[in-house]
Amino acid sequence: MGKRVGLEVTVAVAEAVALCRIDMAGVYPITPQSHIAEHLSNLVADGVLDAEFVTVESEHSAMSAVIGASATGARSYTATASQGLLLMNELLPIASAMRLPICMAIANRAVSGPLNILNDHSDIMPQRDTGWITLFVENGQEAIDLSIQAFKIAEHKDVMLPVCVNIDGFQLTHMVEPVELPTQEEVDKFLPPFTPHATLHPAKPVTMGAFSMSDYFAEIMKAKDEAIKNSKKVILEVWDEWGKMFGRNYKAVETYQAEDAEILMLTMGSMGETAQVAIDELRGKGIKAGLVKLRLWRPFPFEEIRATLKNAKKLIVTDRACSFGGPGGPVFSEIKSALYAGDNHPAMYNFIYGLGGRDVPVQDFTGMFEKVIADTDNKAKDTYEFWGVRE
Amino acid sequence: MALKTWKELPVGCVVSEPGSASEYHTGSWRSQRPVWNDAKCIKCGICYVFCPEGCVQQAEDGLFKANLDYCKGCGICAHECWPRAITMVEEG
Repeated sequence: MGKRVGLEVTVAVAEAVALCRIDMAGVYPITPQSHIAEHLSNLVADGVLDAEFVTVESEHSAMSAVIGASATGARSYTATASQGLLLMNELLPIASAMRLPICMAIANRAVSGPLNILNDHSDIMPQRDTGWITLFVENGQEAIDLSIQAFKIAEHKDVMLPVCVNIDGFQLTHMVEPVELPTQEEVDKFLPPFTPHATLHPAKPVTMGAFSMSDYFAEIMKAKDEAIKNSKKVILEVWDEWGKMFGRNYKAVETYQAEDAEILMLTMGSMGETAQVAIDELRGKGIKAGLVKLRLWRPFPFEEIRATLKNAKKLIVTDRACSFGGPGGPVFSEIKSALYAGDNHPAMYNFIYGLGGRDVPVQDFTGMFEKVIADTDNKAKDTYEFWGVRE
Repeated sequence: MALKTWKELPVGCVVSEPGSASEYHTGSWRSQRPVWNDAKCIKCGICYVFCPEGCVQQAEDGLFKANLDYCKGCGICAHECWPRAITMVEEG
């Protein structure tokens, strides 16, 4: 086990990625991701990391470059945020359709307009249907751990799909946290060399990313859907192995004081740790409050969500993005959809909060609980509310 | 060629046989086909030069015709043919 050090989370992520012995990185700097690009670039320039660092001219080029590199069999990495992720958008479904195990960090940041560089989830949510395995982290240590696990998941022969690790911009990326980096020997033991399913090589010509019309397109989409659904088994195995090796355990859906809770709140990303403090306060007042934290966004863990929420009477789903003119927050609509086929249908409430970096202190979470407790008709709510906006 | 099921597709739909694109007969997209009036044709080859599919071929007698396995019926040959030897005819 490596020693505990104080590192800025983006720097720690770059160090973790270097420990994965990547062959190539194609990254375009964008706040709040830039320090990942900078530090990886430094590691390559200093000769610490034997990899090709491609200084691309945009995020569209970054994703194009990593797709090309991955197709040659190189372990390839990129990182982005916000507008950069949107610029990559048209390439994201291509990476997953070509079954290229690219790994990417997303330093989640609000999407323009208006221009805003701070944190929310409006950048990743529009990428929901691109076929990428999508994970969320809550702190710096998790950002390190999942950045390493991502390659093992992506490159597993039964998965072969790209993985993105969502790290809340500033709230996490720019924090200096006490973290433990595994040693090179440990990472080498955990992560075997990349064995691609096919490679572009003149000695054995193949075509990748070929054209397809209506005779095959639906079958290809079905194959992609099955591939990402089946990836959950591997993801859980990888987390199990990580837990045994490093003593830090990961689940698709994690909980805090949820066992006997009558009223549950669901969060995704860094807000979970603040919400835990609110749960402690509420428990101190005798309120049976609990927290559910969704780590795995795609593939969506339907069974785990139903099992975790099976006894909840009231459920608060929090969202860091809005589907304008739609069903409210994207997390809310997914959870509702998951529970529809289940046996328990708690009264559900959706708060959209923390947009564009708006600070969310503990009393906001206790306030959400208090508002929902005061609602006594207990019927499922089909509405959402922008929490804390000035009326 | 029997169509594969989704389970039979190679991972990432990688095509491992070089040159196999020629087995894909894109001519099925066509709604019109070019018909040459050999009496008007002066064998200049402008249809051959302009065909974006490269499917116009010259026979030993110097006259031209399109390989209908790949001709998509775009009509560029008929448009470019200045002696007006090519007519686009509706497919049945």
